[in-house]
Amino acid sequence: MGRITLDKVRKAFGDVQVIPPLDLTIEDGEFVVFVGPSGCGKSTLLRLIAGLEDVSGGQIRIDGQDATRVPPAKRRLAMVFQSYALYPHMSVRKNIAFPLRMAGLDKAEQDKRVNAAADVLNLTDYLDRRPGQLSGGQRQRVAIGRAIVREPAAFLFDEPLSNLDAALRVGMRLEISELHKRLKTTMVYVTHDQVEAMTMADKIVVLRAGHIEQVGSPLELYRAPRNLFVAGFIGSPKMNLIGGALAAQHDATTIGIRPEHIAVSTDAGDWHGTVGVSEHLGSDTFFHVTCEGIAEPVTVRVGGEVALHYGDSVWLTPDKSQIHRFDTEGLRIA
Amino acid sequence: MATQHSRSAARFMMAPAVILLLGWMLVPLTMTVWFSFTRYLPMRGDSIERGLEWVGFENYVRFIGSSSFWPSVQATLVIVGGVLAITVVLGVLLAILLDQPFWGQGIVRILVIAPFFVMPTVSALVWKNMMMDPVNGMLAHLWRFFGATPVSWLSEASVQSIILIVSWQWLPFATLILLTAIQSLDSEQLEAAEMDGAPVLSRFWHIVLPHLGRAITIVILIQTIFLLSIFAEIFVTTGGSFGTRTLTYLIFQRVVDSQNIGLGSAGGVYAIILANIVAIFLMRIVGKNLDK
Ligand SMILES: Nc1ncnc2c1ncn2[C@@H]1O[C@H](COP(=O)(O)OP(=O)(O)OP(=O)(O)O)[C@@H](O)[C@H]1O
Ligand SMILES: [Mg+2]
Repeated sequence: MGRITLDKVRKAFGDVQVIPPLDLTIEDGEFVVFVGPSGCGKSTLLRLIAGLEDVSGGQIRIDGQDATRVPPAKRRLAMVFQSYALYPHMSVRKNIAFPLRMAGLDKAEQDKRVNAAADVLNLTDYLDRRPGQLSGGQRQRVAIGRAIVREPAAFLFDEPLSNLDAALRVGMRLEISELHKRLKTTMVYVTHDQVEAMTMADKIVVLRAGHIEQVGSPLELYRAPRNLFVAGFIGSPKMNLIGGALAAQHDATTIGIRPEHIAVSTDAGDWHGTVGVSEHLGSDTFFHVTCEGIAEPVTVRVGGEVALHYGDSVWLTPDKSQIHRFDTEGLRIA
Repeated sequence: MATQHSRSAARFMMAPAVILLLGWMLVPLTMTVWFSFTRYLPMRGDSIERGLEWVGFENYVRFIGSSSFWPSVQATLVIVGGVLAITVVLGVLLAILLDQPFWGQGIVRILVIAPFFVMPTVSALVWKNMMMDPVNGMLAHLWRFFGATPVSWLSEASVQSIILIVSWQWLPFATLILLTAIQSLDSEQLEAAEMDGAPVLSRFWHIVLPHLGRAITIVILIQTIFLLSIFAEIFVTTGGSFGTRTLTYLIFQRVVDSQNIGLGSAGGVYAIILANIVAIFLMRIVGKNLDK
């Protein structure tokens, strides 16, 4: 079981309020991702849940029980740190066994659980090495191993993949998702990478300056961002946000249209413009088109390869049903 | 070819320093070894110009056969060991304390380091006259305040007193090195251990202490080299009596008090051998610790 409830949780460092009163429920077995720009308080929120920071106000409940003043070790939560925080003078086996040793389990049980975890994480060949002799991905797996042997109520991850290279990151992303499917334990995962958030989460919590901007499944956030911040944050490449007269035509202050919802034609369409820089990914091509009457270049996504070049004249047609409208406050108009 | 060229240039430029160092060390060493095989009593008119009488190993046999030799080795080891134990244990504790954020941290850190800048002679005098004097010393006042009879420290607990004085001088060094080592400990490791269910003492034992291992060996190595030759503290306080005559002090007495340079030189050679045994022993431990 691992249902975590935050009730008006608040955190201030001195006079600086980092987390204003915040309510959030994380259901048992859910994979929740906190996402937001750097410095928005994601780590702080995670550390509050872990008990590594004391709350300045409010209540944290784990499985319905008040855990606000419970020390970290007693919360039955396991954390994986960004720096892995492995114990450098201990072998991998000792690292993974450390929480079990602290819990006073006997040697046989320790070995059994360590071997099981090593099996799951493909670490069996490295058990007698020290962390210094492992690659980044292997260290990450040791850190995860140390977390899973405790059989915690929930896992907390603080940007666990940010020290890995892009290819390894994709691999580890899948491994963590798979681990979640297998263990069915609650996971709270912090990242500033919206791709990680979209691919892994059951539920995404978008944070800005300690505020929750929106909570929802990846597709809910993609389809119906509640405000301009979420609209700009979720989706890659970013949604085109257009103001001025064009937005007024749709009775809005700002309209948003995702690059994948714009059709390109060389002879007819709604908006006329010239092709700027294009980015060829093979599977897709992104064009940055400067349109008449639109301040910012419009990003367009086209499947496959398209024979358009710098300076070519094109017509863009947005899919009317996919236009997001926002009012003066930046909130979504239904 | 460039590298070979620059290598020989480097050798050429290093030569003066190397020659100076060699002379600095080799000349006294050779003279000591030479004197140790001769009868050299300046009071009886022996001198280098007149030629010294070669006596073979006589000085070595006499130095080791003297009833003061083994006690002096023992006193040396006890004092060095005692100071090491105190400075390392208190050094670790002080370093942990100084690492905590508290008001006035800067000033306290400077105060803790201060004893290191006091000359050994001065600090020994201060301890002897201000702290340990059986009539006017601070400790005597303290003892009388509690109705106890003041202890005459330097005669009744002479070895302990010397250990105390020397520890006071070397504690700052140990604290400083250990403090920098503690500051380099990744705080996430401690937090991870906390979440893994390790209480404060376990965290100290399993995380902090292993992290300090390397720094502790370095403190022990460097201090041992200097502690083997402490002199001023003994000269100023007990003058080598009451069981505080270390090997260094015994050599000094043989040369200066008994005016027997040959005998003293033989003692010097023994001291070199002892220091090397200790050094090899320590280097092995350090080497093992640095490998990790
Ligand atoms: N111990 C502290 N004392 C004072 N301010 C702090 C402390 N820890 C964090 N903060 C402040 O709280 C805010 C949120 O920090 P936090 O580390 O939670 O951000 P984050 O969302 O994790 O950012 P990143 O993505 O860069 O890791 C920042 O403005 C930071 O300066
Ligand atoms: Mg962070």
